Amino acid sequence: MQIMVNERTIEVPAGTTLFALRAQYKPQADLLIVNGFPTPKDQLLADGDRVALIRRGEVPAPEEMEALLMARHTPGVHEKIKGGTVGIAGCGGLGSAVAVALARIGVGRLLLADFDLVEPSNLNRQQFFVDQIGMAKVDALKANLRRINPFVKVATYHGRLDRVNIPQVFGVADLLVEAFDAADQKALLVESWRQNFPDKPLIAASGLAGFGPSNTITTRRVGRNFWLVGDGDSSAGPGQGLMAPRVGVAAHHQANAALRLLLGEEPA
Amino acid sequence: MQLKINGRARDVTAGDVAGLLQELGLDASRVAIELNHAIVLQANFAQTPLAAGDSIEIVHFVGGG
Repeated sequence: MQIMVNERTIEVPAGTTLFALRAQYKPQADLLIVNGFPTPKDQLLADGDRVALIRRGEVPAPEEMEALLMARHTPGVHEKIKGGTVGIAGCGGLGSAVAVALARIGVGRLLLADFDLVEPSNLNRQQFFVDQIGMAKVDALKANLRRINPFVKVATYHGRLDRVNIPQVFGVADLLVEAFDAADQKALLVESWRQNFPDKPLIAASGLAGFGPSNTITTRRVGRNFWLVGDGDSSAGPGQGLMAPRVGVAAHHQANAALRLLLGEEPA
Repeated sequence: MQLKINGRARDVTAGDVAGLLQELGLDASRVAIELNHAIVLQANFAQTPLAAGDSIEIVHFVGGG
């Protein structure tokens, strides 16, 4: 039978157990993951099983790295999303968190666009660091994503998006995540994308400010190939700020909607 | 006349999309509109007439991200 061990397909006799496999391929491994789930006990392996053998604390060899980064995925997911390209319009509280989530799961290519620089008031919710203050957000985010998952291809556009350049910057994307801050910019992006790419999905967000309940943030379909995340109502303004927890809830709704679309599932 | 706005029947007096947004108190620069499942561009709001029984979906964006 065939087993995938640290992403190499090997032929083993029927009846081979997990511990026997470890003894043969990586005796010092102390974290054994079978089909995405850590398994402390020995067990019989079946044809087609995917096994990751990890020694805690050891940095894997380059040829094993990608497989081991994805060892906790639901089997089959990584192959499907590795070919995917996701556009992320805006790299603030929403966009930076969406990018981190999609890079962690190994989406093949991310297209990041933002005009802004990292400044101190961003750090209460955006995925940057104090030592990145002053950098272009797209450059800082690209650097952070590379540290998380170097196998994800990242393209950046540092500038303002408008009706003319939106199709140019994101034309090769399979789907777009709207992650702007200003309401009129959200509307402009949504209109431009849907006009140019009516057959490609769009995941927008509206209503995620403050510290209202998490469960009022939902993902819902609001048009053909068009989904909206948020409570629809909580706007940022004087007296209502933007903070990591609730912006993060919305961002991860968007990221999960993107993942579901790449896997051929309806987001909501 | 009666329209279906975001799935709910509602009586309105406006005769076009721009007028409807005004009647509903919505900023035209912050919405995405589908009229009978067709996208209506912002530039065409004032020239897009409404008829009784039309179904209109209005997504109104608020700031924050």
